[in-house]
Amino acid sequence: MAPMTENAVDQAALLQFLLRMGDNTLILGHRVSEWCGHSPVLEEDIALANTALDLIGQTQLWLGLAAEVEGQGGDADKLAFLRDAWDFRNVLLVELPNGDFGQTLMRQFLFDTWQSIMLGRLMKSSDPRVAAIAEKASKEVAYHVERSADTVVGLGDGTAESHDRMQAALDYLYPYVGEMFLSDEVDAAMVAAGIAPDPADLRSEYDALVGKVLAHATLAVPDGKYTHKGGRTGYMHTEYLGHVLTSMQWLQRAYPGAEW
Amino acid sequence: MNNEWPLWEVFIRGQHGLSHRHVGSLHAPDAEMAIKNARDVYTRRNEGVSIWVVEAVHIAASSPSDKGPMYEPSESKIYRHPTFFDIPDDVGAM
Repeated sequence: MAPMTENAVDQAALLQFLLRMGDNTLILGHRVSEWCGHSPVLEEDIALANTALDLIGQTQLWLGLAAEVEGQGGDADKLAFLRDAWDFRNVLLVELPNGDFGQTLMRQFLFDTWQSIMLGRLMKSSDPRVAAIAEKASKEVAYHVERSADTVVGLGDGTAESHDRMQAALDYLYPYVGEMFLSDEVDAAMVAAGIAPDPADLRSEYDALVGKVLAHATLAVPDGKYTHKGGRTGYMHTEYLGHVLTSMQWLQRAYPGAEW
Repeated sequence: MNNEWPLWEVFIRGQHGLSHRHVGSLHAPDAEMAIKNARDVYTRRNEGVSIWVVEAVHIAASSPSDKGPMYEPSESKIYRHPTFFDIPDDVGAM
């Protein structure tokens, strides 16, 4: 067997991995930005907009590297604004509708926790470019998860109405959590090259962290084992992704190549 | 019943060695969230290295109507300013 060099890394698999990371932050960043100007209080509005901007900033790094690996002369903007729904590799969780404020924050918490664990592992990636992005993003995400966890506890263990809304949000979103921990041949290639961990290996740490916060929030973890999937493989997205892209990509579709 | 979150006054230290300065106020359910909100509202452009928050009701303030007796007496006492001393050159910047 040939020694493991950069050339030995399956570039097609690396591209898929980078698209998965960048599309997660792109679609969630866009979703969260939909709250701008609509949050229940000014302070939360600004905090959510900050989170959305952090996620879009991370997207520039992930998709910028993806375009470099792809080697077709593209860039992060082209990948974000000129691909269609079937080319996106984000997990279904991040494209789901915002719902009420509680549902948005529950989705944020479920994603932030996964992302913080994932980035912790990626900081030790054999690819220094991946490790550098993870290092920068991990500081932002450490704050995101602290904030979303606090809000989940505050609303879960709040009034009867806020508790019921948070439980309903958890019941709706929980069947989408499992997709973040599915593994396929792309992940196997990343593990073999030392670039990224096997997502399945993150599950026990995730369950421990999420379980602790949800218990504190007096919320019950649903026991169903069913997992919606198809986003990260591109097999099938929900109907919601098309609607996200329609508003997100509108300008580049109507005025191709427009800049400012 | 009052459903509003209490008001908090926010103080931020711009850099090490300077003191905290009042920058504004915000609403939050508790002190911990007030610090988080202050981080998001007042340090977005790298303004600070430390945040203090204090619930506004805990600040005791002088009354604007007492302005005369409180502050005017000091207006005519210029001898309290240390501006009448010649500072030797070799003292340097003070």
